[in-house]
Amino acid sequence: MRARFWGTRGSIPAALTSKDLRRKLVQVLETALARGLSSAAEIDDFIDRELTFSSSHTFGGNSPCVELLADGAGFLVCDMGSGARAFGNHVMAHRGQAPPVINIFMSHLHLDHIMGFPFFAPAHEPSMQIRIHGCHDSLEHAFRLQQSGPLFPVPFSRLSARVEFVHLIPGEWFQVGGVQVQPMLQHHSGDSYGYRFEQDGRSVVYSTDSEHKLADPAETAAFVEFFRDADLVIFDAMYSLLEAISVKEDWGHSSNVVAVELAQLSRVKHLCLFHHEPANDDEQIAAILRDAIRLEQLTRTDHAVKISAAWDGLEIDV
Amino acid sequence: MELRTEESGEVLTLSPRGRIDHTNCDQFLAAIQPHVDRCGGAGVQLVFDLSELEYISSAGLRCFLMAAKQVKPRGGTVAVAAMNPIVHEIFEISRFHLVFPIFATVSEALEQLSRQAPTQGRS
Repeated sequence: MRARFWGTRGSIPAALTSKDLRRKLVQVLETALARGLSSAAEIDDFIDRELTFSSSHTFGGNSPCVELLADGAGFLVCDMGSGARAFGNHVMAHRGQAPPVINIFMSHLHLDHIMGFPFFAPAHEPSMQIRIHGCHDSLEHAFRLQQSGPLFPVPFSRLSARVEFVHLIPGEWFQVGGVQVQPMLQHHSGDSYGYRFEQDGRSVVYSTDSEHKLADPAETAAFVEFFRDADLVIFDAMYSLLEAISVKEDWGHSSNVVAVELAQLSRVKHLCLFHHEPANDDEQIAAILRDAIRLEQLTRTDHAVKISAAWDGLEIDV
Repeated sequence: MELRTEESGEVLTLSPRGRIDHTNCDQFLAAIQPHVDRCGGAGVQLVFDLSELEYISSAGLRCFLMAAKQVKPRGGTVAVAAMNPIVHEIFEISRFHLVFPIFATVSEALEQLSRQAPTQGRS
């Protein structure tokens, strides 16, 4: 399986500004001047080997949308944040003669997770079939409400694709093509749901907008079991631990510290920090990742967890 | 888990031993609560001597924050001292160094806190 990230920001999309770009350019040029680069190949090598991620890249600013490529599952995607616009363009470019079904799995219905759907090109294409899966009773209502006056000029009823809504039961396995999917209730305002995807002995867990206090042993045990031995866990690490348990307690998000702890308890192979705070720039997100990596090193016992931070465009193979 | 207590003037020192994590944080909280209740308004300051603490998790750190949330409004101070390098890094990674005074030794903490008096609760 492969996870492809189209949107990794939480709460609201956050665009790179000219000021951000200029700061990166200054950092790069200051470093490059000392190197004396004289060819395109040297420049590429310099970018790949000598620059920090936050200088040479950006974590991006689209709100959540994560594609999962799995055999026999058509297009499979978690959430329809603003990243869904670029994902939709990708689907249109790669749909082939007989477009496969697009299976969408919704963690919840807050705006940052559904705002991309009106701009999802396949929804406006008659040959497309879209199945929106979720556990909320108000799943269909939220999508229709978003695309109704005065919020949006094109009503949901005018979408050309065949769109159906599939209600899932938390804790029960569901099959999509060759992939088994299990939702799990998470602690978030209005509830959210994580999804565990399994195929041929590989597993990916998408767990965003989930607050973990680790104060309830039974709840902790349930998530340890949900994440157990997963090849990849995509985890909401929006805040520092201090923020998450003080001023932002009960805001429905978690921290890099809790992410590492749960990944260690569950013996996860790869932890990917996700749902980045929109107020954080690339250097701040990179610092959160460095701290998580350092914490894992400090507290590692017999199992090592690989840790990364998601960015728009990242692909992870499991 | 073990918790030693010691009083020095108006400073109460609590010394947990071992680990504080999600498996025993409730016990730790129950053990410190009677001491937290005495701090702040009654003129008693609180120092956690962490010299024998091997590891602390987010659940354990939450206990410290809960203690501070009770003591600070009463004008008291909760400080930590003598952390081993691992626990010290965990504090910093968790950003807890922004809200807790940190001392290299217990005696430094005692000296500093003895000079402070709670801003409430004194006639």
